[in-house]
Amino acid sequence: MLSVERVSKRFGGLLAIADASLAVPQGAIVGLIGPNGAGKTTLFGVISGFLPPTTGTVAFEGADITGEEPHLRARRGIARTFQIVQPFAGLSVRENIAVGAYLRHARRAEALAQAEAVANLVGLRPMLDGSASGLTVAGRKRLELARALATEPRLLLLDEVLAGLNPSEIRDILPVIRRIRDGGVTILMIEHVMQAVMALCEDVYVLAQGRMIAHGPPQRVCEDPAVIEAYLGHGTAARLREGAHA
Amino acid sequence: MTARDLLPIVALVVLLAVVPLFASNVLLNFLFTALVVALAAQGWNLLGGFGGQFSFGQAAFFGTGAYMTAALQIRLGVNAWLAAGLGILAGAAVAWAIGFMAFRARLRGSYFALVTLAFAEVFRILANASDVTGGAAGLLIRLDPRPANFQFESRAVFAWIAIACVGAVMVLCRAIERGRFGAQLVAVRDNEDAARALGVDALATKLRAISLAGAITAAAGCLYVQYFLLINAQIGYGTWISVEALLAAIVGGVGTVLGPVIGALALHGVGELTKGFASAITGIDLVLFGLLLVLTTAFAPSGIVGSLARLTRPRTA
Repeated sequence: MLSVERVSKRFGGLLAIADASLAVPQGAIVGLIGPNGAGKTTLFGVISGFLPPTTGTVAFEGADITGEEPHLRARRGIARTFQIVQPFAGLSVRENIAVGAYLRHARRAEALAQAEAVANLVGLRPMLDGSASGLTVAGRKRLELARALATEPRLLLLDEVLAGLNPSEIRDILPVIRRIRDGGVTILMIEHVMQAVMALCEDVYVLAQGRMIAHGPPQRVCEDPAVIEAYLGHGTAARLREGAHA
Repeated sequence: MTARDLLPIVALVVLLAVVPLFASNVLLNFLFTALVVALAAQGWNLLGGFGGQFSFGQAAFFGTGAYMTAALQIRLGVNAWLAAGLGILAGAAVAWAIGFMAFRARLRGSYFALVTLAFAEVFRILANASDVTGGAAGLLIRLDPRPANFQFESRAVFAWIAIACVGAVMVLCRAIERGRFGAQLVAVRDNEDAARALGVDALATKLRAISLAGAITAAAGCLYVQYFLLINAQIGYGTWISVEALLAAIVGGVGTVLGPVIGALALHGVGELTKGFASAITGIDLVLFGLLLVLTTAFAPSGIVGSLARLTRPRTA
């Protein structure tokens, strides 16, 4: 469904992404993990159209969308959330979600109905009439999710929707994400919470210092020496193995 | 839109429409000028209040409307009503062009304000120098008070036309507020990147807003020139109208439907009163305007209408 081919992104002298490729098949939940500063959010920026790649291509459902504006990609069915939550502070929760819903529903009544349906799905219903700036962190994360969902996407890009949530909040939101996928939305998620990655993803890509260093089912990726070294430093994998034998 | 959305607008329009029935010529003059400023402020508010793009050059649209209306009549003998309609279109076109240059270059905040101010000043200097606009002397429309000429013996008729325009724009703003365009405009104001991610074409949204704002403010210019039958560079493109438009909107309530109208009436009311008390000091009303702006931004950032709304509505915390 989504295919990123050999994408590089250079900011002046800094090569943020080097020759990274990934593919997301229809109906999957694919994870994108990696240490801080690996370039995950930059890659999301390239996929959603906010950052033009220096080289490489992005294709969605067979069409090359590398040079397309973000709002046109949203119309095609790609929605993203932001790692740093970005509510429209002057609007209520309901109106925030409706901005997303207006993409497919021109009439106010329909857009508001869609906003309410999405709010039910992510558990924001009790907060609908409150101000968006009055939400807790967990509430804002749900709002990010709700707004993106209200555009009725086919591919959902989730940028750390679980970061900053406590364990019980994470437990509450995992089934929500699974329900979204079961509703027919393909998901690509950046996540640091490994418990969630293990529980949700069928397929995981690991980005470190701008390069894709591993790809496969989450269990196998976690045991990959290259991945362990990327997180814990050079030589760690070997030391851990020795430690296990001793 | 529901009946409750329209009720305050209808009430305000009826209240205003009664005034010309018994008002003196002095009061009518005051009312008309305040309404022209209100209309200009409504244009500013659509772009600045709902769209978050603060224009300092509303004069560019006001003057274009006024000059176009006058020049078409004088130079080409075009009917006044048609000329005014074309003046409004010209205001929208100028606004679109300025918006296209500024927004495509991603100017915002004070940079956008400065660029709009610069455009208005360029127009002022050109209008002052060009023959088409009558140079420094400006343009005088021949007095011929017939309804077909958009000129009336009675000032009350002019006041009613101005009230109708202001009322129509309030209804328009309410409709925008309650619709898709309004939601997208506010979304772009609050967070442009988040809006784009949700499929909002930020450039097109801002261009629509500035074109509408240009048309509304140009309409104020058209009314002004038909009433006073005179336009020159200082009146048409001078900074006074840019400043009064944004003052009225800010004091009245940024981003509210009634705010610019209430603000314009309040400002001009206070201005007239002080002129009455301290007529010896020229410009005392401007000093007061400045003071009111400081007080509003410091103590009632949501303006008169916003503060009243907060007082009457029970707080939901």
